[in-house]
Amino acid sequence: MIGEIEKYKKVEVNNITTWFKAASISSFPENGGACVKFKDLQIAVFNFSRRGEWFACQNLCPHKMQMILSRGMLGSVAEEPKVACPFHKKTFSLKTGKNLNGDACEITIYPVKVEEGFVYIGFDEGY
Amino acid sequence: MKKVIVIGNGMVGYKFCEKLRAAEGGKDFKLTVFGEEPWPAYDRVHLSAYFSGSNAEDLLMAPRQWYSDNAIELRTNELIVNIDRIQKKVFSHLGKEEEYDFLILATGSAAFVPPIKGVEKKGVFVYRTLEDLDGIISYGKQAKSAAVIGGGLLGLEAAKAVVDLGLKAHVVEFASRLMPRQLDENGSGLLKSKLEDLGISIHLSKNTAEISGNGKLTGLSFTDGTHLPVEMLVISAGIKPRDELAKGCGLQTAPRGGIIVNEFLQTEDPSIFAIGEAASYQQMVYGLVAPGYEMATQVVNQLVSNQVKPFMGFDMSTKLKLIGVEVGSFGDPFGEGEPSKTIVFEDKVKGIYKRINISQDAKRLLGGILVGDTSNYNMLWQMVQNNMPLPPEPEDLILGARGGKESQGAGVESLPDAAQICSCENVTKSDICVAISEGGMMDIPGIKSCTKAGTGCGGCMPMITDLLNHQLKSMGRKVKNVLCEHFDYSRQELLDLVKIKGIKSYDALLEDFGKGDGCETCKPAVASILASTWNELILKQDTIQDTNDRFLANIQKGGTYSVVPRIPGGEITPDKLIVIGQVAKKYGLYTKITGGQRIDLFGARVDHLPDIWEELIDAGFESGHAYGKSLRTVKSCVGSTWCRYGVQDAVSYAIRVEERYRGLRSPHKIKGAVSGCIRECAEAQSKDFGIIATEKGWNLYVCGNGGSKPQHAQLLINDVDDETCIRYIDRFLMFYIKTAEPLNRTATWLNKLEGGMDYLRDVVVNDCLGIGKELEREMDFMVETYACEWKEVVNNPELRAKFKHFVNVDEEDPTLAFQPMRGQKIPAEWGVPQSK
Ligand code: SRM
Ligand SMILES: Cc1cc2nc3c(=O)[nH]c(=O)nc-3n(C[C@H](O)[C@H](O)[C@H](O)COP(=O)(O)OP(=O)(O)OC[C@H]3O[C@@H](n4cnc5c(N)ncnc54)[C@H](O)[C@@H]3O)c2cc1C
Ligand code: SF4
Ligand code: FES
Repeated sequence: MIGEIEKYKKVEVNNITTWFKAASISSFPENGGACVKFKDLQIAVFNFSRRGEWFACQNLCPHKMQMILSRGMLGSVAEEPKVACPFHKKTFSLKTGKNLNGDACEITIYPVKVEEGFVYIGFDEGY
Repeated sequence: MKKVIVIGNGMVGYKFCEKLRAAEGGKDFKLTVFGEEPWPAYDRVHLSAYFSGSNAEDLLMAPRQWYSDNAIELRTNELIVNIDRIQKKVFSHLGKEEEYDFLILATGSAAFVPPIKGVEKKGVFVYRTLEDLDGIISYGKQAKSAAVIGGGLLGLEAAKAVVDLGLKAHVVEFASRLMPRQLDENGSGLLKSKLEDLGISIHLSKNTAEISGNGKLTGLSFTDGTHLPVEMLVISAGIKPRDELAKGCGLQTAPRGGIIVNEFLQTEDPSIFAIGEAASYQQMVYGLVAPGYEMATQVVNQLVSNQVKPFMGFDMSTKLKLIGVEVGSFGDPFGEGEPSKTIVFEDKVKGIYKRINISQDAKRLLGGILVGDTSNYNMLWQMVQNNMPLPPEPEDLILGARGGKESQGAGVESLPDAAQICSCENVTKSDICVAISEGGMMDIPGIKSCTKAGTGCGGCMPMITDLLNHQLKSMGRKVKNVLCEHFDYSRQELLDLVKIKGIKSYDALLEDFGKGDGCETCKPAVASILASTWNELILKQDTIQDTNDRFLANIQKGGTYSVVPRIPGGEITPDKLIVIGQVAKKYGLYTKITGGQRIDLFGARVDHLPDIWEELIDAGFESGHAYGKSLRTVKSCVGSTWCRYGVQDAVSYAIRVEERYRGLRSPHKIKGAVSGCIRECAEAQSKDFGIIATEKGWNLYVCGNGGSKPQHAQLLINDVDDETCIRYIDRFLMFYIKTAEPLNRTATWLNKLEGGMDYLRDVVVNDCLGIGKELEREMDFMVETYACEWKEVVNNPELRAKFKHFVNVDEEDPTLAFQPMRGQKIPAEWGVPQSK
């Protein structure tokens, strides 16, 4: 899995070249997530229905390199939306990707949009 | 800008950097740090945590990024080999040089290795750095036994590590007792017998003459002619200050090692200071972090021209951590410093030894020793430190108050404001109280971040908690255990709200009584409350469940799951055993007999879980709830049906009890056991509820616990019949479920319950609250509404569809990886944490 993490590079909203059509919104549980495969990447997509927001991030938890974040639990700390990894409960901001309760390294957050019942994830030329 | 160079990036060197950058004017220095080790400074005090799963990353004092953020040039992997005091330059082994205005020697210590013949042999280690530990771990894999030379604090810690590696441990001590510098004859004797109970062999008065073996060691030979065969050796016989650099540039060092400094930590060269374990002050090297931190602070104060109080030596009180035996030694443990009187308390049955030394006039506490129970260590140490007056009957200090008297002078409130609570960070009582009353810090994390108290060795945490509660109370605030930032209620209050208001979903509860969006603390806690109250299918609200409950299986390293069918009482037919074997074979699962008398099938893919369970359910199995905070197993022994001693049919009763409480969700897991006679082969006294057969019926024990803090169950009632016993268990479990805090086992809950066991018996047996019938009714409801949740999933296509790795393609997770082991498979090792 070494090197796996390098594949998840940051995407600037202004540089998006592809909006990948991931799945219909009903595939994602309320206030929960599911994993989407894009090329050889795994992206966790979250339907944060309590906030009426959608988020996407790498599925790979950097703590012990586990493909798992889509099965994590959503929550908030103060105003910040976050996901807690099922393995050791490291929590990551869904806005910045920063680890909020330790110094595990940051995860990559992807742009998401919802149109006509489908969820799209934004990628740039690097992908 | 003046330039400061620190040699040594250990705990104290790091603390110096932190303090300098935090001090006013501390940013006006250029700062370069050299460290010989490959990692930035890490927490050596908690080095042993490396054996229990912490990685190097977790132990770092601060990540590399911190140094660059604070404009500190950190050069790890670089050893300073020479100092030129005239040109004010240091030279590294890479041939590089660097100039300084001030030089800080924080080179620490190395392990002291006595000159024994054969120390160079393979399999001989010291216990000081992460690299040492890596060596020990990998060598330990091929060994079965190991000896530790040194029966002091560090030696015993190393012995614990050896035990954790699964090796037979021996401790070899030169003196005639363990921890000779901290304990007296009696205290050591007790410690020795406790360690022997843990399976550690202790060899006293042994002088090692030679390490034998051809290339790699095979044993130790002692001067008394005896021999101890072992395959590995860890030497932990003391420390040797790293003063070689200082010596090399002509600075004075102490005969027993250490760079000589005065009370301002100055060497004889005014621009060179020495701090931490490398420094020797009045012929004394301080092998603890707290004095090292104190030294770092003093030097920082001098550099930024703050007021400086001279270093006056430091208290060496210590508590032994880790080994599973509580040991503390404080102040003057032997009462040798001045004429004194000694009070001793010993309870051989419970394994407790306490000694305090008081001044001749019985006014002051001088020091003491605690073995087996260190609960009043902090308070006693404070009394010594602060010269506090002794209560009129000083024996109360170690005996506790008796005969209706209030305990004396033992609360945090009696401490003076200047009392130092956290010695690692030098934080006083008043610092903490001010952080609470003026800084608005209302919880432990707040106090930690504001004062840094409790961030070092953590030994002061119980006192900080007491102080917080006391301070909040005195400010007129109700102290209560709220769930988290999203709910201002305790678990018990939320349970009452759920029940009274008829609330059935997490979202509704958050809407009416909470704030924010919830988190990983309150969601599972509320999920448990809802399940314990309404007993509905937990997957109705799958995203508030912890991952194990969400997928009705325990997650494993690598992201697969385990499958544990219920095998009530541990009784199983050959046909069912065959089915388990067939299913395991078909899905490629690793099988193992668990500690709970059943079989675990590991390594199932998430998308296979429903198929696996379908086959198990067809064969008559049910969920074993190994994933839930719920009833796990009721262990049985074979009992009177087969056993020549049995007086009751333990298996039948265990099955009945397990089937009654299966699926019952609770604040933490619950385990039971039934033994067929007094010999107790089912280990019932280590369970949340344990039943032991008597000639007349059953003895019921409650609130026992294995795990990391084992506690024996206590007798609730004796000689009751089948029905009565079940009724009492109903009441006991329901009362626990309704009043415990989240993730508190029954033992922890009982320890906090005011009135303890007597009160619990009053509630359950004597029904003093008049809720007995209600508790039984509630339990009956849970029993009647039980359904196997896996059966529901297997028969419900919509729920089955949730068990998939990807939502957009029908593929399995391509990153799953296994390796073979003894004819089965295990997951690949954890990945190495990466940074981008
Ligand atoms: C499989 C098993 C070990 C084995 O191979 O034998 C096991 C495995 C786990 N135990 Fe255990 N425990 C197992 C028997 C025990 C026992 C022995 C017993 O029950 O007789 C104990 C000590 C007795 C006790 O609980 O009082 C035990 C004390 C723990 C603890 C500490 C609990 C405590 O109160 O301190 C944990 C941690 C926790 O629950 O928070 C734990 C947690 C775990 C977890 C769930 C860790 C986790 O969250 O992943 C392990 C998951 C296994 C899996 O993936 O399937 N396990 N665990 C045993 C399953 C028994 C069963 O059939 O259900
Ligand atoms: C297993 C273990 C458990 C312990 N438990 C406790 C405890 O419970 N409580 C307690 O108070 N203390 C405990 N200690 C002691 C505590 O860890 C030390 O007191 C503390 O680490 C001393 O810090 P230091 O910075 O002075 O030295 P160190 O942590 O030894 O750091 C010195 C660093 O300098 C480096 N260095 C040396 N020479 C050079 C050079 N020439 N060039 C570059 N780098 C150099 C070394 O490689 C090392 O990394 C324990 C120690 C061990 C090993
Ligand atoms: S099975 Fe239990 S004791 Fe063993 S590693 Fe897992 S949690 Fe620890
Ligand atoms: S693997 Fe995610 S927190 Fe450890």
